[in-house]
Amino acid sequence: MAVDEGLKIELGKQGVLVTTIEELYNWGRKNSVWPMQFGLACCAIEMIATTMARYDLARFGAEVFRPSPRQADLMIISGTVTKKMAPQVVRLYNQMAEPRYVIAMGACAISGGPFKEGYNVLKGIDRYIPVDVHIPGCPPRPEALIQAFMLLQKKIDGQHLTGPDRPRFLDAEAQGEFPVPVQGEHDLEPASNPGVWTVPVVIR
Amino acid sequence: MKTVEEIRAAIEAALPGAGVEIVSNPSVSGQHSLRLRPSHAVAVAKFLRDDAELALDFLSNATGVDWPDKEVTEKVKVTRTVRKTVDGVEQDAEETVEEARKRVEPGCLEAVYHLFSVARGHGPVVIRMKTVNRTDQVELPSLTPVWRSAEFQEREIFDLYGIVFSGHPDLRRLLMWEGFKDHPMRRDYVEPDDFEYEPTAHDEVLKRAVAHQAKQEAAGTVAGAAGVGSGVAAGREGKGAGA
Ligand code: SF4
Repeated sequence: MAVDEGLKIELGKQGVLVTTIEELYNWGRKNSVWPMQFGLACCAIEMIATTMARYDLARFGAEVFRPSPRQADLMIISGTVTKKMAPQVVRLYNQMAEPRYVIAMGACAISGGPFKEGYNVLKGIDRYIPVDVHIPGCPPRPEALIQAFMLLQKKIDGQHLTGPDRPRFLDAEAQGEFPVPVQGEHDLEPASNPGVWTVPVVIR
Repeated sequence: MKTVEEIRAAIEAALPGAGVEIVSNPSVSGQHSLRLRPSHAVAVAKFLRDDAELALDFLSNATGVDWPDKEVTEKVKVTRTVRKTVDGVEQDAEETVEEARKRVEPGCLEAVYHLFSVARGHGPVVIRMKTVNRTDQVELPSLTPVWRSAEFQEREIFDLYGIVFSGHPDLRRLLMWEGFKDHPMRRDYVEPDDFEYEPTAHDEVLKRAVAHQAKQEAAGTVAGAAGVGSGVAAGREGKGAGA
């Protein structure tokens, strides 16, 4: 049950703190999103810059880059996903513990970018795993990654722990493992995961 | 540095019968190259590296070229005898006509190497080797035993063009995966038909997207593709109206 904002402030003045489990839980989650430590191409340089002193991602509680998928909450796809790399990316995503999030950073990660018609580049990682935030740019500036991060925090903050739109990890029915594509004779097989990605309708 | 003619003469003097050809380059750079016979290539390469005056000790680049089968049309002058009636008298007359003849020149694959000398500060010397054809006789001798820096580049040529380097210590695909069947840099490479979603299609990509959509419709598997198809079509019409 949500607490009335005005009442909450009034009670706060009296030294009474009122909150809900959901709020507390989401507040904790959103402020300690630990990314996984891996970069795929040039965008990774911007991601590294974002974590350094000048842009200081630590302000958002995400400074701890984990070298193991088991300890990471967030996968930043920072760069070109080649068809040779894509199965490994999906496998790493499968190895992450819930709750887990994905930011697709840069033109390459969201669509293939400048290499879109190339023989060895995947046309966007969202064909195989669910992406929470897409950032366009080649490369996106650190500010853009920070904005994506804040968007993700907002998303986490807005999640309800019960009800039909509850997150995947609280839904016993939801699919937790995503099929890893196989490197076939001419292309990855299948070319996309229909459970995650359907051909979008172009609106003009 | 010696000119290509001088280098060729030096090779011929040291290794008689090497059969090195000069491939001239008519452009401004005038960077002529030497075509080696695969059978003598390793010996010639060793000579180029070890000769005191050339001392080409550094291979900076190795790459491939695909020469597809080419249809050539030639004009041939043909003389034939025709029966003609001149002033009511029938007689044989010689006539020369031009005839267009077509023939197919078989293609090949080529490996090109750029050599420099660090010791003597000169270069590049360009050497090339040709395979017999593009299908089954695609072997060339590896120059990795002569210049170690050829190792990854020959693997890349093998991966993308399909030239098989005999004598290479570790000939595996480099950029594509094991089990991949095609050679993407060949002219006749057919890309997978994954043009189902092209939000900003134009030119070649638009053609491919439309073709993909037509194929989908023909197969009757238009699940969600109808939307894209209409999108592609709308884009095409929009462009037409704008022009
Ligand atoms: S989007 Fe641009 S900067 Fe980022 S990985 Fe691709 S090419 Fe590099």
